Amino acid sequence: MATIKGKIWKFGDNIDTDVIIPGRYLTIRDPIQMASHTFEPIRPEFVKKVVKGDIIVGGANFGSGSSREEAPFVLKTVGIAAIVAESFARIFYRNAINLGIPLLELKNASHLFSEGDTVEINFEEGIIKNLNQNTSYQGTKLPKFLMELIDAGGAILAVKQRIKQKKSS
Amino acid sequence: MSTIVEKILAAHTSKEKVEAEEIIEAEVDLVMLTEQLGRRIYREWAELSEVVDGVWDKTKIVSVLDHWVPAPHIDAAEIHKTCREFVKKYDILHRLDMFSGICHQVMVEKFVKPGMLVVGSDSHTVTYGALNAFSTGLGATDIVICMATGQNWFKVPDSMKIILRGNLPPLVFGKDIILKLIADLGVEGAAYKSMEFSGPTVKELSIDSRLTISNMSVEAGAKCGIFPPDEKLMEYFRNPQQSSNGSLKFVFPDSNAKYCSELELDVNKLNPQVAKPHSPENSVDVTEVEGTAINQGFIGSCTNGRMEDYRIAAKILKNRQTHPDVRLIITPASRDIYLQCLNEGLMEIFTESGAMITNSTCGACIGGHLGILASNEVCISTSNRNFQSRMGHPDSKIYLANAATVAASVIKGEITDPRKFMK
Amino acid sequence: MPTIAEKIFAAHTDEQKVEAGQIVNADVDIIMMHEMLGMRVADTYKELNLEKVMYPDRVVVLLDHWTPANSIDVAIVHRTTREFVKKYGIKNWLGMTEGICHQVIPEKGFVWPGALIVGTDSHTCTYGAFGAFSTGIGSTDAALLLAEGKLWFKVPDSYKIELQGPVPPYITGKDIILKLITEIGLDGANYQSVEFHGDAIKELSVDSRMTICNMAIEMGGKAGIIEPDEITLQWLQNRVKHDFNVITADPDANYSSELKLNINALEPQVAKPHSPGNAVPVGDIQGTKIDQAFIGSCTNGRLEDLRIAAKILKNNKVHKDIRLIITPASREIYLQAMKEGLINIFIDSGALVTHPTCGVCLGIFGALAPGEVSLSASNRNFIGRQGSRDAQIYLAAPATVAASALKGQITDPREFF
Repeated sequence: MATIKGKIWKFGDNIDTDVIIPGRYLTIRDPIQMASHTFEPIRPEFVKKVVKGDIIVGGANFGSGSSREEAPFVLKTVGIAAIVAESFARIFYRNAINLGIPLLELKNASHLFSEGDTVEINFEEGIIKNLNQNTSYQGTKLPKFLMELIDAGGAILAVKQRIKQKKSS
Repeated sequence: MSTIVEKILAAHTSKEKVEAEEIIEAEVDLVMLTEQLGRRIYREWAELSEVVDGVWDKTKIVSVLDHWVPAPHIDAAEIHKTCREFVKKYDILHRLDMFSGICHQVMVEKFVKPGMLVVGSDSHTVTYGALNAFSTGLGATDIVICMATGQNWFKVPDSMKIILRGNLPPLVFGKDIILKLIADLGVEGAAYKSMEFSGPTVKELSIDSRLTISNMSVEAGAKCGIFPPDEKLMEYFRNPQQSSNGSLKFVFPDSNAKYCSELELDVNKLNPQVAKPHSPENSVDVTEVEGTAINQGFIGSCTNGRMEDYRIAAKILKNRQTHPDVRLIITPASRDIYLQCLNEGLMEIFTESGAMITNSTCGACIGGHLGILASNEVCISTSNRNFQSRMGHPDSKIYLANAATVAASVIKGEITDPRKFMK
Repeated sequence: MPTIAEKIFAAHTDEQKVEAGQIVNADVDIIMMHEMLGMRVADTYKELNLEKVMYPDRVVVLLDHWTPANSIDVAIVHRTTREFVKKYGIKNWLGMTEGICHQVIPEKGFVWPGALIVGTDSHTCTYGAFGAFSTGIGSTDAALLLAEGKLWFKVPDSYKIELQGPVPPYITGKDIILKLITEIGLDGANYQSVEFHGDAIKELSVDSRMTICNMAIEMGGKAGIIEPDEITLQWLQNRVKHDFNVITADPDANYSSELKLNINALEPQVAKPHSPGNAVPVGDIQGTKIDQAFIGSCTNGRLEDLRIAAKILKNNKVHKDIRLIITPASREIYLQAMKEGLINIFIDSGALVTHPTCGVCLGIFGALAPGEVSLSASNRNFIGRQGSRDAQIYLAAPATVAASALKGQITDPREFF
């Protein structure tokens, strides 16, 4: 997996799936239209200003709540390239990886960065550099098999590949 | 030396035994699908269906339409249509459509058995742990993988022993126990763990209360919330409505099973709890928030839309009127519960009191329709989440409570200790 | 000689007598408002800086269209409505759990023979079934009436319809009115007060009469009126607490149009998409597949409708490929239906029973996906009304809807008797 570099959006603890994408928008057919409501309850300016390649840094229990895969999906749709958090809620963790979004668990994450900092993340090593502050931190490396899912572009593609291989052997 | 979850997961692999934190490949017994089938699941399935011939077992998938019923707009109608086309195309046996009720209630009424490994496209799939099964919610991609292959990878969760002691005081139910536990643990205090409930209080808890407790274990971050079997559970499965063909595989923890931590709760002094906005962990004794004005009351959802809830609500609402400034919305968790309420005269009591009884659906809980809040409105709800904006405007507020507290509050027009009505 | 409309208007002005075509400034007995109050009327009041409502006792307000609120915008409308009611001292505030306005208003005694009633809903003409002159108005007219206590009207011409019976078995008001609209056309009674007479009327229940008057608007009618008789007065007993004058038509009254319709061989009617004036006998389109069936609305959510549906549905199951939604028109009806075991029958048959609200009638829930077909015991089947504009709505009587729900296709209900 290549190193990812981008500008960060900072969030606090317990960012739940209802603020990432409220339930009333889940039936919207067009993914782009749905994604236009990302973080609407707490940061309505987010969708206007987010740029492809941006990175989210959150506190504890990021993504808590629903199993709606729409939560990581809208983040991916608006261009978020990676998510760093002190800890992730479990279903969100799985869902984000399944969609091919790289994640990094980092203690104290939301206190180590300022809004708008540019960071560089090496997921192989689990190391994140703050290029504005010239600091570097060690996060928790993803297990190998989850990195493979991300590298494959997500779980569906990975499983598809696996099934294909099984059939041809 | 295994906990309940370790035993159930082991039984679904080819291994004799599994250890906490081990990564395993396990076979699933049932896959429960909500309207997610008509959106993300359908889209991800399209990708995978290029290499598989259909679902792995059409008798082990249950399709329910419950979140947006009846369709509140064309988008929902299209989702429903997609779901119906899918179950027809793949000859899915259990097509419950929109008539049976909320997925989790229907699953426990008709499908889940002890010892099963069940996954569902909704985070409150953890509810079935009350029936001594391992059940957990997954996102669309993982669900699609299960539908195609009948298995998935799991990390065996650590087990946390929750010991419940004492006798339940009046008007204190499973909802109050779990709200208190989440307040003590925090919203990620049980992150990725199996909350395993034990202790002398368990046998006092109705199955309805256990379902509430398991249902909200996910709000503490848990992977699952499991109860051991006992006489009450066995009685539950003796009900002829439960089609138990064959013997049931009850799963007991070993006496020397290893738990990562233990938490005790003495319910003797437990008061009815209310979770303040905007988190389920923000629970306090009802006395601390008494007097808070409300606009809406909701008794329903997969957390508390059951007979135990409606019976106590009816007891309080009988011969009383809801406050003129408050609307009470009652949404039974299933068609069977709706019928049972009709037959026990509870619907009459609710209607006479001024309540609105909707069809069985998720409704106000998910904020899809049937009870949305304007800015600065306040709802006291028996549902499971009070995150900001969940039920409407970001400035609206949700307080979570048990059915008795909601009933008492809608009479007074403000949050009220239900024990005031039972003198 | 005056028609019923002319008599009622005269009684609400200072004139001895008024004539069709005349403009009058009339005292209105009751104004009914639902969400329209919060949507537009309240804003107009604010804009005009109006300090009070002239006769708050003549105002009745409830919520029924989008109940409970299904969006933040609606929740705000509801709140605006509640605030207005409080601010202007409107005591007749019926909340949001009573049910559909046109059923609830008569139930609560706000309709009586000879009354002049307006409402911010086109189906306000329903109350003509009780011998009142009642008609729908817009929000601006409503605001003006609230402020000034009177409203201008042009006294309408009257259209006399004579229904000759006997009424065949299993034919109800809905079949009759669908036939009439098809005969007369969508604007055939434009701006007229439609008076329904004839020997068939006395055979019809109050419920069927309400259905007929309810859809007078679908032929352009300003009002639809049926002279009260013993049956009507029996219904109103214990509901209306004051005296009233039953207004009847003079035999030589001046009607601008007349129609005699013999209904002794009338078949169950079904209005095809996309107009209530597109009705054919059910036999002509039997077998048309449907996806959804609906019994409810201010047109057909009453006890007569629920009872006949229950008779057909009892011990039978709704077809597996369709969904049947049943919505009692009011809380009172829901309670009575419960007591009679009808709700049990509906649920046992596989129908979905909702709370009393407008709901499916205008696609607030129970929306249709593109390509779907609905058979609906409601009043309008215009394009897009119940969801996708690529869906089709057929209108029929509750018996036809119930029978079709069992078969999964449009079915003559008489097969079941």
